[in-house]
Amino acid sequence: MTKTDATPVLELTGIGKEFGAIRALHDVDMQVWPGEVVGLMGDNGAGKSTLVKIIAGNFRPTHGEMRFAGSAVHFNRPVDARAVGIEVVYQDLALADNLTAAANVFLGRELKRRFGPIALLDHKAMASRALELFGELRSETRPDDLVRQMSGGQRQAVAIARTRLSNARLVMMDEPTAAISVRQVEQVLGLIHRLKEQGVAVMLISHRMPDVFAVCDRVVVMRRGEKRADKSIHQTSPEEVTALITGAKEAA
Amino acid sequence: MAMPLESPISFTNVGKIRWWQRGIFASQTGYVLLALAVLLVIMHFASPYFFTQGNMQNVAKNFSFIAIATLGVTFVIITGGIDLSVGSMMCFSAMITSMVMTELSAPGSPLVHMAADGKTVLANVPGLILLISILAGLGAALIAGLVNGFCIAVLGLSPFVTTLGMLSIVRGLGYVVSNGRGSFPGGPDADYFYALTSGDVLGVPAPFIYLVILALTMAVVLHHTSFGRHVFALGGNEKAAELTGIPVVRVKIEVYVICALAAGLQGIIISGWLGSAPANMAMSYELNVIAAAVIGGANLAGGIGGPLGAIVGCVLLEVIRNGLVLAQVSSYWQQTLVGVIIILAVLVDRVRSRMT
Repeated sequence: MTKTDATPVLELTGIGKEFGAIRALHDVDMQVWPGEVVGLMGDNGAGKSTLVKIIAGNFRPTHGEMRFAGSAVHFNRPVDARAVGIEVVYQDLALADNLTAAANVFLGRELKRRFGPIALLDHKAMASRALELFGELRSETRPDDLVRQMSGGQRQAVAIARTRLSNARLVMMDEPTAAISVRQVEQVLGLIHRLKEQGVAVMLISHRMPDVFAVCDRVVVMRRGEKRADKSIHQTSPEEVTALITGAKEAA
Repeated sequence: MAMPLESPISFTNVGKIRWWQRGIFASQTGYVLLALAVLLVIMHFASPYFFTQGNMQNVAKNFSFIAIATLGVTFVIITGGIDLSVGSMMCFSAMITSMVMTELSAPGSPLVHMAADGKTVLANVPGLILLISILAGLGAALIAGLVNGFCIAVLGLSPFVTTLGMLSIVRGLGYVVSNGRGSFPGGPDADYFYALTSGDVLGVPAPFIYLVILALTMAVVLHHTSFGRHVFALGGNEKAAELTGIPVVRVKIEVYVICALAAGLQGIIISGWLGSAPANMAMSYELNVIAAAVIGGANLAGGIGGPLGAIVGCVLLEVIRNGLVLAQVSSYWQQTLVGVIIILAVLVDRVRSRMT
């Protein structure tokens, strides 16, 4: 798990978040190492998405400290998190389906060529870079096709390719396998392996037990805003995780 | 789980989208362009006067009178918004322009200094008054556009309601400043003004030349700049645009300002052709403008549209109007027909997207 890097890419200590009187998260400690796939599981309202949103810079934590690659970080906006190398693949993928795959990959950070005072889009460079990224992810996706005409798996590839653009060090994926077909699930899990191969840490938020056990090295279970378990995937079982999620088993 | 490593990717499962299934061939703009071509052929056989030089100039001039504003509103429509205030904006800009022009030229008006020759100082520099008055007219539109953009992008009001309010506000202000009377471009620069707005170059009407230049600029901006890309992204998925770090608020304000400026420019050009800016000028033109944009393929749900579609929509409306006149059909039928065409154009596009 720890290759050459002794420092975790992400380290949370005592993270807590309150919304008024509601305690959404309490005292969460967590570490994620490079090239590691961590499954984040929990029932609705367990605090998974609050945790993800804190890491992604959507919320500021009320308590606790967040360190990224060894140094303390404070995010005010999602763009700040992206700047240090945290990318999120949102559940609805955040794609504009009237644009091409390449346009979506480069959305918000288009490549341009300057002609005197005006900067025009460099379509060629963006298309070839996008094709490279799709190749890395081994997804049969053409950069010039409209996202509207693509399958669920291809859309995932576009959303994931976007995270590869900036050489992200931590990619969080929110329910990437929730709404796609069996074959496409295989593709998406393959994409996660590709990220892992390249030393990227992946946090997989999912309800689907088989997917988590297929790709994750470690599973973290949340319940009622607290971390109840943090175990290597080989030392646990779907039954135990289910018990932890539902509360049949308090902690492990 | 292991996948064969293949590089470059071989597309075994993913077919290539054929040329006729992409770009303009798969768009409503394409179909309407085809319909327009058919209509032109029919007109040619129906009336010997249709393809005469005079009539063509007439058609070119007439559709240019709404096409520039249609380009502007197309920007807004692509982002998924709507601007109902373009008609009022045309009138207000035109009115401000001609009032400033007259005021700055008039001896004895309180705002200007007199030169020794009995004309105002400004009038001694040819074209200066014209420049100032046009900038004043566009400035008025700019302010209204900024207010629209601010209310919609920053305060989060609905575009429909905001611009409906602005329609009334700007029209009302037009009546206030003019006291309900029309205003006329006057003074020494009026001749330049008429030459620039209703003149022609080698038989091509000036408004048509402006239209072509602006449409080409718009095509470059929409498809080859990041601003254009962001405009489309905003219409396709606003939340995605925000999450990917696109300055959503700024882009939104910019499109409403562009739309207002286009409408202002359009109004100024129309007033040159009319020879005045009456207080009820361009009344309900917003409907023609939006209709033209929609017929040309701009999608009111956002994400789709372009300058070619805007122009094709305007030409189609004008050719129909012109055709009905030449065919000696009562011009009252025009509006009915326009309505039918709006619905037909959208219907054909719906049928097409169901089929593929």
